[in-house]
Amino acid sequence: MSNRVVVTGLGVVSPNGVGVPAFLNAIQNGLSGIKFIPLYRELNLSCQVAGIPPFEWEKLKDYISDVTFYGLKGTNIGYGLMAAMDAWADAGNAYDCDEPRWETGCVFGNSAPDTEAMKNVISRVDNKEAKKLGSRVIEQTMNSGVTSYITGRLGLGNKVVTNSSACATGTQAILMGYEYIKDGYAKRMVTGSCEHVDPYVYGTFDSMRVLSRKFNDRPEQASRPMSASAGGFVPGSGAAALVLEDLDFALQRGAKIYAEVLGGSSNSGGQRGGGSMTAANSAGVVRCIQEAMTNSGITGNDIDLISGHLTATIADRQEIQNWINAIGRSGEGFPLTNSLKSMIGHCLSAAGSIESVASILQIVHQFVHPNVNLEDPNPEITNLISLNSLPTSNINRPINVVAKANFGFGDVNSCLIFSKFTN
Amino acid sequence: MTKQEILNELKKVIAPYTTNKEMLAGIDDNTDLIKDLKINSANLVDIIIDAEAKYDIEIDYDSADKMVNVGTCIDVISEKIKEKNEQHG
Repeated sequence: MSNRVVVTGLGVVSPNGVGVPAFLNAIQNGLSGIKFIPLYRELNLSCQVAGIPPFEWEKLKDYISDVTFYGLKGTNIGYGLMAAMDAWADAGNAYDCDEPRWETGCVFGNSAPDTEAMKNVISRVDNKEAKKLGSRVIEQTMNSGVTSYITGRLGLGNKVVTNSSACATGTQAILMGYEYIKDGYAKRMVTGSCEHVDPYVYGTFDSMRVLSRKFNDRPEQASRPMSASAGGFVPGSGAAALVLEDLDFALQRGAKIYAEVLGGSSNSGGQRGGGSMTAANSAGVVRCIQEAMTNSGITGNDIDLISGHLTATIADRQEIQNWINAIGRSGEGFPLTNSLKSMIGHCLSAAGSIESVASILQIVHQFVHPNVNLEDPNPEITNLISLNSLPTSNINRPINVVAKANFGFGDVNSCLIFSKFTN
Repeated sequence: MTKQEILNELKKVIAPYTTNKEMLAGIDDNTDLIKDLKINSANLVDIIIDAEAKYDIEIDYDSADKMVNVGTCIDVISEKIKEKNEQHG
């Protein structure tokens, strides 16, 4: 006997909108969050644009005590904390509690702890000043920093996990939270992920020559998934969080329900069969999507919208081919498909959670957000699927089932199936 | 530097680490940093580091262990300031 799992709270810190209302407005109107970053030019990086949330650091004081705020410097922690607190409040819950909330856990992911904080550690220690680091550094340089801040503020007492699987981190976090509730270990899980692409993280990707570098003077056009002129991805930062609940638990407390998580899957292509550290084994991707559909009790024909990974690299074409093979639909029959990355760039570990919030908003408000910058669709993609599947303006359409997938370095895949909730 | 002067400065050093601002205003020698001001024990390290920077002194491990209430904090800081002044003549 497995439990049904529903989404009851959303929080988001996105380059094109902080908070759900701003984010909803941005994705409905195709607003870009990509900006030119002067520092990246100074640092002699090839790509000089990025998605950075319009985040007011002082606002964190509304969520945590002055003492906790003082000394908090980890940007990814700030993003993740705000998204999680907003989702928790959105689900109708109070922050304060005296006893641990034993029924509620947390799975929250990130790629790396704050490397700017790490730089401070390295320079202090090398300078023989380790004594001056103080007590607040370790909690921000440990990978579980963000999870610890969230669970500490909310008193969460069930399973607490910090996951990391590169660009699949966000979807995987939500999947893990879903599984804990489905299997009866927890009644409620705060799930999500965060990412702060500081110059050090950014530089490693820049060196791989996988970033968009021809649009530095036109930042809003730099992220161009599925277009002929796509020349790499644009790194983005941010966070998002979803409160997942056991359906009965949610109904008992009269919670509003945004959507249902029907199921999902996470696997790896084993870095075999064309898969590598940086490329996906297509067999693994197809298997992941098909397992997600099977676990959710749906077929490819049930999918109304695909929220793709679609980063704007040469991998876009193969991703579309993999979706075709997985769901058995192509040409005019291919479902509507969009890539949020066209507006906010690729938020790496945060991508899956931010895109999941977008997926759920499209179910709740019955629309499909545009693919911006798709003026010149890649013919290798439009040979496979109809251009009608790739809307370039906002369209209103009944959306009942969304497939959301992300694929990450290390050849890891994660796919979630969200559905409109009907009891 | 008089004891009162150190106390006034010490309040500023402690302020970021306590949520109990009312009690901070009225602290005396017997005020316990952890029990009364509800300071997280890990943060005592930060108060010591901040005090070192403020008075340009070094507080060794043994002296730091004595800094449990406001009175002993003032004693240790006075002692270290005195040592510094004697050294620099």
